[in-house]
Amino acid sequence: MEIEAAKYLAAGIAIGLGAIGPGIGEGIAASKALEAIGRNPEASGKITPLMFVSMAITESTAIYALVISLIILFG
Amino acid sequence: MGLNISLAPEVLFHIGSFTVTNTYFWFFCLWLFLVVGAIIFKSRIKLMPGKFQNLVEMAISGAYDFTESIIGPGKKAERAFPLVATMFFFILISNLLAYIPGQAAITINTSGGIVPLFRSIVADYGFVFMMTISVVILIQIIAIATSGPFAYIGKFINLRSPLKAFLGIMDLIGEIAKIVSLSFRLFGNIFAGEVLAAVMLFLAPFFVPLPFMFLGLLTAVVQAFVFSVLTLVFISMASEVSPEKATA
Repeated sequence: MEIEAAKYLAAGIAIGLGAIGPGIGEGIAASKALEAIGRNPEASGKITPLMFVSMAITESTAIYALVISLIILFG
Repeated sequence: MGLNISLAPEVLFHIGSFTVTNTYFWFFCLWLFLVVGAIIFKSRIKLMPGKFQNLVEMAISGAYDFTESIIGPGKKAERAFPLVATMFFFILISNLLAYIPGQAAITINTSGGIVPLFRSIVADYGFVFMMTISVVILIQIIAIATSGPFAYIGKFINLRSPLKAFLGIMDLIGEIAKIVSLSFRLFGNIFAGEVLAAVMLFLAPFFVPLPFMFLGLLTAVVQAFVFSVLTLVFISMASEVSPEKATA
């Protein structure tokens, strides 16, 4: 395989696999937060920022994969 | 593809041996704007606020209330608020600058070829890295100040049992991972947004990029929020006295 083709493949595989876990995780975080807001709508002001922060932390592995694939493509 | 995307910011010109890149140029412009704006605003503060002053006061007091709700009221919030709020507003404004219509079309001719004059400041890893490093160093200083130098070192090097030694090493790795995750999160999101917008503009110039730009707008606000809130959470974690010391 040529090195250029391998680079594109590697970038695609890296971000594709890396996005699976955070996708599931963020879905769980959002669903639980919405459930909590549905049970107790007054607490939505407190729940929403915490949800964003925890989603951002969940997202980190996807970001690592993204950075790796960006470096492979453009670095 | 006809796209030219580079991880490093484009060089505009040199002053002596100092390289001025387009992100640095915009950083300087924004810094000047904020500082001069703050001085002018401060000189015009009135007891009976006008419309603009009302708006600013609302934003600042809302941010302060939010800071208090995370780190707890009192002196801690007063000390942490200026740093965190400055970071939030700076990142927010620098992210939103990318949505001024038409700025991407302005290019200038340099010795290194034609380069765009504008680039989102946060899409320069150097800037994000320096900001993160200063945050992490600040967190270490706060941790040393609250728990004392020996307790701080004892958290990482602990030879009382193999499990504790292992956990100490994990703590050390966690501190280093903070730098990587905090900086790459902000940089990766904004840079990926720029790349996505560029690719979409390249594929279909009209209407198709709009939802992606809206997503980018959302990211711009949320990432500014997340970066400053995570800084705040780290500061509040570092400034809490550990339970071992509290009982001892």
